[in-house]
Amino acid sequence: MISQVFILSSKGDHLIYKDFRGGAGNDIVSIFYEKVTALTGDQPPVVMNYKDIYFVHIRQGGLYWVATTTAGSSPFTITEFLNRLAALVKDYCGSLSEKSVQMNFALIYELLDEIVDYGYIQTTSSDVLKNFIQTEAVTSRPFSLFDLSNVGLFGAETQQSKVAPSSAATRPIQSSREQGGKSEIFVDVIERMTVVIGSNGLLMKADVEGEIRVKCYMPSCSEMRIGLNEEFSIGKSQLRGYGAAVRVDECSFHQAVRLDEFDSHRILRLCPSQGEQTVMQYQLSDDLPSALPFRLFPTIERDNGGRLLMYMKLRCDLPPKSAAINVCATIPVPKGSVSLSQELSSPDQSAELKPQSRAVVWQIARFAGGTQLSALFKLEVPSLSSASMLEVGPVGLSFELPKITATGLQIRFLRLSPIQPGPSQRWVRYVTHSDSYTIRI
Amino acid sequence: MCLCARLPSLVEYVEQPLTAGLRDRAACVRRVAVLGWAKLHNLQPSSEIDAAVVNELYSLLRDPDPVVMVNCLRALEEILKEEGGIAINKPITHHLLNRLKECDIWGQSEVLRVLQRYRPQSEDELFDILSLLDSFLVSPHPPVMAATLSLFLSVSSNLPAISLAALERVSGPLLAACGSGSREMRFAAVCHIQLLLRSVPGLLGPHYKRFFCGYAEPAYIKERKMQVLVELVNDENVAMILDELKGYCTDVNTDTAQAAISAIGRIGRSYSDRCLQILTGLLGLKQDHITSAVVQTMRDLVWVCPQCSDTVCLALDGCEETLQDIQGRQALLWLLGVYGERISTAPYTLEVLIDGVRSEASLGIKMELLTATMRLFLCRPAETQDMLGRLLHYCIEEETDMCVRDQALLYYRLLHCGIEKTREVLQGRRSDPSLGVLIGRPAKPVSQWARCFNTLEPLSQGAVEAESDSRGSPEHVTYNPKPNADLSDTLSCSHIEEVHSGSDSAMRCSDSSTNVLASSIAAPLSLSLSPAVSPEDFEHLWLQRQALHTERGAEKIEEVDCAWIEECVRCPAVLQCSPQSLQAAMQLVNIQTLAFTPQHMLPWRVYLYTHTQRSHSMDAPNTTLILGELLCTGEANQKSGVKKGTADSEAGAEGKEDQLVRKEMDATADRLRVSEDGQEEEEGIKVILNQQPKDDDALRQFLTILITVLNTLSSEKD
Repeated sequence: MISQVFILSSKGDHLIYKDFRGGAGNDIVSIFYEKVTALTGDQPPVVMNYKDIYFVHIRQGGLYWVATTTAGSSPFTITEFLNRLAALVKDYCGSLSEKSVQMNFALIYELLDEIVDYGYIQTTSSDVLKNFIQTEAVTSRPFSLFDLSNVGLFGAETQQSKVAPSSAATRPIQSSREQGGKSEIFVDVIERMTVVIGSNGLLMKADVEGEIRVKCYMPSCSEMRIGLNEEFSIGKSQLRGYGAAVRVDECSFHQAVRLDEFDSHRILRLCPSQGEQTVMQYQLSDDLPSALPFRLFPTIERDNGGRLLMYMKLRCDLPPKSAAINVCATIPVPKGSVSLSQELSSPDQSAELKPQSRAVVWQIARFAGGTQLSALFKLEVPSLSSASMLEVGPVGLSFELPKITATGLQIRFLRLSPIQPGPSQRWVRYVTHSDSYTIRI
Repeated sequence: MCLCARLPSLVEYVEQPLTAGLRDRAACVRRVAVLGWAKLHNLQPSSEIDAAVVNELYSLLRDPDPVVMVNCLRALEEILKEEGGIAINKPITHHLLNRLKECDIWGQSEVLRVLQRYRPQSEDELFDILSLLDSFLVSPHPPVMAATLSLFLSVSSNLPAISLAALERVSGPLLAACGSGSREMRFAAVCHIQLLLRSVPGLLGPHYKRFFCGYAEPAYIKERKMQVLVELVNDENVAMILDELKGYCTDVNTDTAQAAISAIGRIGRSYSDRCLQILTGLLGLKQDHITSAVVQTMRDLVWVCPQCSDTVCLALDGCEETLQDIQGRQALLWLLGVYGERISTAPYTLEVLIDGVRSEASLGIKMELLTATMRLFLCRPAETQDMLGRLLHYCIEEETDMCVRDQALLYYRLLHCGIEKTREVLQGRRSDPSLGVLIGRPAKPVSQWARCFNTLEPLSQGAVEAESDSRGSPEHVTYNPKPNADLSDTLSCSHIEEVHSGSDSAMRCSDSSTNVLASSIAAPLSLSLSPAVSPEDFEHLWLQRQALHTERGAEKIEEVDCAWIEECVRCPAVLQCSPQSLQAAMQLVNIQTLAFTPQHMLPWRVYLYTHTQRSHSMDAPNTTLILGELLCTGEANQKSGVKKGTADSEAGAEGKEDQLVRKEMDATADRLRVSEDGQEEEEGIKVILNQQPKDDDALRQFLTILITVLNTLSSEKD
């Protein structure tokens, strides 16, 4: 049971406040904000209580999404609800930010009215909700620009029109009604990698958590068939045949997915509802089919001037045609490091010393596969001792690998039936993110 | 609807539309109307809701729309709160269970929560329900999974096997939730996994890598994950886990770093050498927060594992310069006081502090300083006398704080009573090995935490078992001595009981063991761990004696001052014990375990040693060294017949006299075979003991102690 739901900006402004049960004081929001900002580091912030009111909150889009409840409620339910609420708001408003929530407050109140009645969650399915939600989303971005980008010069088929811009999927689902012909469907394969590489270069741990997410802007779509790799297998027991089998350890599906063709042809059938939904989740541990995307060869020494020299060679082992973007290596350095001088192998990199997080942050905007970058960092550390070397590392890498899946999962085809009358567009996108990519030194 | 406006004056106009709403054709109207009655009831709690309405709500449980059904449950729960909520009987339960698939995840979790109150009437019904719910247990949606497990645990509360099976089944989805994209969900899952681990410590052992911390994860998740990692340590993964934890010790976030250091300390209770190596390495960093955490951790470790004290004493040199915070300095003072005789610089460190005591602000440090100086005075009077005098003078004459002053006065008067009395008071509480029980916490029954599963409690309470941080010395830990007493109670009883319950062929065994018990009361035997036997020495001695034994066992050797015993003990559940808890239990009675095979592995072996000491018998050689092996091959023990004998021989090289006593208790072996249930056939544990010099009484007493420990462990496991 949920007593109140409110959304606060990171500065504590009240954006949305909805009281379902009544009886709570008006100051409850400020109490929450005081508590959450006064937390010391070792207190877990997710659940806090004030007298017998329990606050459960999540952070998304830089906002606090808070529900108040009683001690006996299920944390899983409340957290899942808040996550779902945030996802719905994102679907309806296009994006999640303080601004979009502020501009669409009427829409969000309307949503909350339909989702929750008297503190009880009624439905969060966008199929049901679309019948009730009338308010149009207000977006700050003019749509004309976005449309232009899809039209080639003099109407020619350009490369541009074959690739959906990254902003294409961040628009409100409802605008599709007005836009008429603009019925699109996005199928995203998103994987998150968790990797630990030992100081000897050996792989200590590799986990991939993946999901197939469908974002549907079609007003009516009766059935969709998603074909996965035919050699896709689940579990460790299955023997691998010839060729590169795609294997995952565990796999779970959205309850709306029908699996009657899955065993024979690896086809998922579902009727997507408007908005975003996760169709399939899977995970794979320890046994990645492809090489790790990055390897690091560090050399760390002290020079006789009392400086710390870190020579870093970072290798990207992706296939030559692909590239990693937004690569960022965080290298923890000894406490008391004062200044940094750097020699980077190419101009499109940058590095800086962040004293408050005690780390050198090395950023590479684009890193092509099969190449290697190197950097020499000279750190001025006044109180450098041999023990301070222990403080260097482990290096954390964050990156994005567009058009690549670590498990090798691919979507063979995407069919809609019946064939949509108007022009419809189907997009398939792949991306692998680093959840935590740690290289010990 | 006007109910949202919460205007009591409108209530009378509302009832009619609500009644009509219950029968509306549109499901969404019925949904609102059903909850409307709950709202109405809460607006006017005094007025009775018409019984007809309640009946109608009950009948709407059969509404075709699943949301209406769930709303009816919710409304009835609120309206009938005084009567204990909706009446859950068999037809309602079965109806709800059958329609569970139609509901969305919110409805499912709600229904499952309400059903927790239902008690199946027969075992068949129970199993029907459980098999119906099985698919929900592995649901990819954490709310449904958690609610189902809650229901499983409450329904099968008196069938522990089922609860355990459910826990095992649910570990997959819980682990998946631990890797969820949402941090809050991860946190909830990790907290609940901690609950599970209380009952099934080895549950997630193979998945320990899942609890390695991501570098971008918030500190609160990292901290919980480290707590889980500590629980999952075993012989195979200890190196990996320590390696990983070592990486966190230099984390930018000081809380994470300190949590990692104390996690290493906790692992150090079972793997002290490796952990101390890491901890001493960290001292080299000379950073105040790390040094402070390390010193505190060492203090806690030394209290539980006194055998680490030598390494700790060596490492402490020079720490006082880096320590800044109160807790760290308190810990250092405590260590200096207790182990002052072994730390050469201790008096000088104290002297600096005593000279600066005027400017010391912290009460805790002053108190700790007093105690430490007093203790040091007892072992190194010459160096400390002068500074103790100055300290006492300052504290009594100038100190304004009453606590410090009283403490100083107490010590001053104590010194007047003589040095022996002082020693008694100050050194009375040496570290107590029984604290070791706290290390290998025995698995707790599921019922202990089942009630708070899937509530906010596990998330909001602080670290589950972390001790409070703001204390000076481990002596101040208010630990409950009760478990200790419990243990010894169950010890003797369970053993005797077990023996008597055996078949009559076991009677001899029982007689002998009661005799042993009696004699052990007459001539108390004490066990001690020092001098320590290193694994290499152990191996050497063991192999040597084993060779002797196999050579001469058949020839009936006597007059050799060495005893060799093999015996079977029936304590099936010991195999399920985690190495930590076994080690802890053994340490409780001063038996040191040297090596283990991992849990559940066959053949299962444990090697152990101890020294026996008999204080009163001056004539007999009063200390002996006992080496032992526990062995479980997993097959029914095939040996039969008694070979009991002693044989004469000269022990070769050392010129010692050995006596080999081979005693195979046919009684025990028989008992194993007699147990016709078949299931416990193979669960005898062979105890092989080797004593030098020979002292039969001591050996038998030791065996009794060992058997009681094993029996206690297995009875706890049951």
